[in-house]
Amino acid sequence: MGAAPDRQEVRRQARRSRARRDRATASAATLIVVAALVLAVVLAPGWPSVRQSFLSWDDLRRAFPDILTGFWLDVRMFLATEPIVLVLGLTIALVRVTRAPVLFPVRAAAIAFTDVFRGVPTILVIFGVGFGVPALGFSWLTNDEVILGCTALTLSYSAYVAEVFRAGIVSVHPSQRAGARALGLTAGQTTRFVVLPQAIRRVVPPLLNDFISLQKDVALVSILGPVEAYRQAQIYGSEYFNYTPLLGAAALYLCVTIPLTRITDRLQDRQLARRSTGGAA
Amino acid sequence: MTPVVQVVAATKAFGANAVLAGIDLAVAEHEAVVLIGASGSGKSTLLRCIDLLEEIDDGDILLDGEVISDPAVNVDAVRRRIGMVFQQFNLFPHLDVLTNITLAPTRVHGTPRAAAEARARELLARFGLAGREREYPDRLSGGQQQRVAIIRALATDPRVLLLDEVTSALDPELVGEVLDLIGELKGDGMTMVIATHEMAFAREVADEICFLHQGAIIESGQPSTLLDDPKAEETRRFLQRIHSKR
Ligand SMILES: Nc1ncnc2c1ncn2[C@@H]1O[C@H](COP(=O)(O)OP(=O)(O)O)[C@@H](O)[C@H]1O
Ligand SMILES: [Mg+2]
Repeated sequence: MGAAPDRQEVRRQARRSRARRDRATASAATLIVVAALVLAVVLAPGWPSVRQSFLSWDDLRRAFPDILTGFWLDVRMFLATEPIVLVLGLTIALVRVTRAPVLFPVRAAAIAFTDVFRGVPTILVIFGVGFGVPALGFSWLTNDEVILGCTALTLSYSAYVAEVFRAGIVSVHPSQRAGARALGLTAGQTTRFVVLPQAIRRVVPPLLNDFISLQKDVALVSILGPVEAYRQAQIYGSEYFNYTPLLGAAALYLCVTIPLTRITDRLQDRQLARRSTGGAA
Repeated sequence: MTPVVQVVAATKAFGANAVLAGIDLAVAEHEAVVLIGASGSGKSTLLRCIDLLEEIDDGDILLDGEVISDPAVNVDAVRRRIGMVFQQFNLFPHLDVLTNITLAPTRVHGTPRAAAEARARELLARFGLAGREREYPDRLSGGQQQRVAIIRALATDPRVLLLDEVTSALDPELVGEVLDLIGELKGDGMTMVIATHEMAFAREVADEICFLHQGAIIESGQPSTLLDDPKAEETRRFLQRIHSKR
């Protein structure tokens, strides 16, 4: 026992120096790969022209304020769409898992909804809603392209999100339901207090994945006319005969999507760790 | 006196598999009836049918003289009067110990939160779990989790407690603490139906032991009679197999 602290100290040092070595190796490997990639691009025969058309600092500076304004529209479309998607998706999922016979028609409608809107490319849904709805000619219906575009995105994404919620709900073990029913909770109380809280916790990472997709797909609304970041960049690009503004728009999307991606990965790792220690029963 | 639980000629089949083949059973107030029998003999199904978690095909189930197996009966209201504890605890992992216990009293029975919590703390303290109120189930040992599950069932003051092999999922050294708790409940006069493979415990706690074989109670009686001097060949063979495993 008396000699133990010494041995422990030696081990700790060994572990520390191994960690240092691992980090150094990782950094060196990364550096070499990045350098090789940069060299490959720079030495490519077309590099001078690529550099001119993709990395024009002046063009970017002139276009950027308007692209940023466009991006603000993207963000607002995302913020308006996402909460409705969550509510609608959860509602559809709940309808699909209830067994009440009265709800059969609603359940059939929910299944048809998810099948159709998951099966059709988002861009076609946007076309359909954006051009189809105004063509109906109802005076009380909006003609605002942003609202129509967001409606189309809501339809498309609610179908995906409903399936995510449903997967979470059916992943809660039947014994949890039995435990709740045995206590006298009604079917509704069981769902509300026992099943849903566990289901939602499990689907946060896949939901965030859909958030990330939506934050990019709002750009599709531009096919109806609204000038958001991508469209604005494209306008400047063709004006200057230069792609740099598009690169600027891409950078803006990344500013939002990368943090979201990191949060998603972090949550996913944490859940995996929890499950492997037997936490999430 | 009317039995608390009465099962009359109950049958139940899963497809072509006749799981309960005409069960008759009566559990008087303050009595503990123990169900023994090989795995697959129908013990869990019988308990689940009494708690209306499964529907019987034929026969009747009565609670305090009232037929509860009638399809017109409100099953939620019936289950509020019965407590059931499962082999795998079925605690809610997203709720802490106190909330697990107070969920049904507050949401189903309309007990004010403060009163429900006071009662829960009292039960936890009595059964050696004081100070665990804010822990989550996965932080507790199996024996502690099962004790919480039993307390959760007790917190609604059920007329009868159904215990389905509540020690079968536990490490051997944790079995005792759970059986001790059930012994105390017996001392309180709790009416219980208990499925178990723990024969020494059955002998100690049971007023009556029923031996199930292929969905039928083929022999029942006082512990000493049934365990020491079984009449049926199947009972004898079952008891021999159990004893040779020890
Ligand atoms: N939900 C179910 N569906 C189909 N068969 C079942 C179901 N539950 C139980 N059984 C069958 O019923 C029989 C009795 O099971 P069970 O009541 O669990 O016995 P025990 O608890 O005595 O081990 C077994 O043959 C089992 O396979
Ligand atoms: Mg069983």
